[in-house]
Amino acid sequence: MNPKRLTTPWSDATVEGLRAGDLVLISGVIYGARDAAHKRLVEALERGETLPADLRGHLVYYVGPTPAKPGQVIGSAGPTTSTRMDTYTPTLLAQGLKGMIGKGYRSQPVLEAMRRHRAVYMATTGGAGALLARCFTRAEVVAYEDLGPEALFRFEVADFPAIVVNDAFGGDLYAQGKKAFSKATPG
Amino acid sequence: MRTIAYQDVAEAARRLCIDANVYLGEDVLGLLRSAREREPSALGQRVLEEILENNRIAVAETVPICQDTGTAFVFVELGEEVRVDGGLLRDAVDEGVRRGYTEGYLRKSMVSDPLRRRNTGDNSPAVVHIELVPGDRVRMTLLPKGGGAENMSRMTMLTPADGEGGVRAFVIETVERAGPNACPPVVVGVGIGGTFDTVGFLAKRALIRKAGERHPDPFYARMEEDLLAAINALGVGPMGYGGETTALDVRIEVCPCHIVSLPVAVNLQCHAARVARAEL
Ligand code: SF4
Repeated sequence: MNPKRLTTPWSDATVEGLRAGDLVLISGVIYGARDAAHKRLVEALERGETLPADLRGHLVYYVGPTPAKPGQVIGSAGPTTSTRMDTYTPTLLAQGLKGMIGKGYRSQPVLEAMRRHRAVYMATTGGAGALLARCFTRAEVVAYEDLGPEALFRFEVADFPAIVVNDAFGGDLYAQGKKAFSKATPG
Repeated sequence: MRTIAYQDVAEAARRLCIDANVYLGEDVLGLLRSAREREPSALGQRVLEEILENNRIAVAETVPICQDTGTAFVFVELGEEVRVDGGLLRDAVDEGVRRGYTEGYLRKSMVSDPLRRRNTGDNSPAVVHIELVPGDRVRMTLLPKGGGAENMSRMTMLTPADGEGGVRAFVIETVERAGPNACPPVVVGVGIGGTFDTVGFLAKRALIRKAGERHPDPFYARMEEDLLAAINALGVGPMGYGGETTALDVRIEVCPCHIVSLPVAVNLQCHAARVARAEL
C-alpha cells in the first residue's frame, strides 16, 4: 500500500490513473466547502455568474474547521459527511472539478456524473481533525465569510492523506471492503 | 440546604466543554487499542492507528479531537438538598457552554431555527437534562455530539410481537445503513420501551455510560454482547473500508412501556465518543 503523491491541479489522466482503494498524498491548493457554500456556488451558476474560484482541475474538501488558535494555520480539520453535498456535486463536476474529499456514501447521480466528467471521490479519516490539521500550510477564506466555518476556503496542503473510495470506472471501496469482511448474515 | 454559586456551575460547564472535546476517555481509548490489535484488515488497522495518533496530537496541542465539536448535551443530576445561588441552573449551564466553546476555540455548530438556519454564534443553546436525585451534590456529564453520527440515528414503534428479534434486526439495520457516514467504529446507544418521546432520551443516555460497562440486568447484558458480535460481523469496518471493527460498544437502556407498544431508538455515536464529568 504505497501511497501515490499527487499535486493539484489534476488532469483527466491523473484521475484515470486512480482506482478505488488507492492511497494518495495530496499537495497543492484544495478548496474547502460544505453545504451552505455549495448552495451559494450553485445559485451563482444559476444566475450566470462566474464562481469566486476556478474549480477546473481542482479538488473540494468537505470541511468546517474549528477556529484556529493563535499561531495555528487552521483548527481541527477533519472531513464532514459528503452525502449532504450530493444535490450540488454534479453541477460542480460539470464545471471541471476533478475530485471531492469527505467521508460517507455518495448518491448514484454523483457517481454517474463522476464517470461522465472524469472525477474521483476520496475519503479521509473522520474524527482525525487534529492530525489532518498538520497537513495545512495555508488557509484563507475566498468567499462567503458570513458563513463562518461554512465559508468557501482556499487551502494549501502538503501530503494530505486520503483514500480513493469511488473511482471514475465504477470501483467502490465501501462495497469491496464490506464484501471482503462480512460474515454470514447475522441472526 | 447547601448552596452553590451560579458562577461555579458556569465555570464547571465551561471546563467540561473544553475537556470533553480534547481528551478522549481512557475507557474509549482502551477499546480502540484492543480493536487495533484484533482488526484483520490492514486498512482498518491504519484507520485505528490514525485515530489513536489523532488523540495523542489533540492532547499534546490542546486542540479538539474532531472539528465537529457538536451540540452540547448536559446531563445534570441535581441533589434535592442543593440549590443554585444567583440564577437559574439552566442559564448557568448555557453560559458555561457559550464560554467554553468561545474560549476553547471550539466550533459553533448550532442554528437558532431549523429552517431559517442562522448560527447562534456561541454554540448555545445546550440540551440540558435535569434529574432530581437524593443528596446535596450536583453531577454534570457533558456529551458533545457531532452531527454525522446523530444524523444516522433512527427510531421506530415496533409491536410487542416483534419482540427481541425485531429490536435486534432494527439495531443491526441502523448500523449497517449508517455505514461509513457515522464514522465507525461506532458506539451504539439503544433505547427500548418508554414512549415515543422518552425512547430517544434512553438511547442518548446510554451514550454517557462508561465504555465496556454492561447493563446490570444479565438479560440485557447478554443482548448487548450478542448485538456487538452481530454488528462486527457486518464487515463495515473502521471508516467503512471493510473490517471487523464496526462498533466498539453496544449499550441498552430500558424503561416500562404500554401493553401495545415497543418503541426502539438507536442513537449512534462515532469513535470520537467524548464524555466528561464533574461533581460540585
Ligand atoms: S461523526 Fe464524530 S468523528 Fe465523525 S465528523 Fe462527526 S463528530 Fe467527528
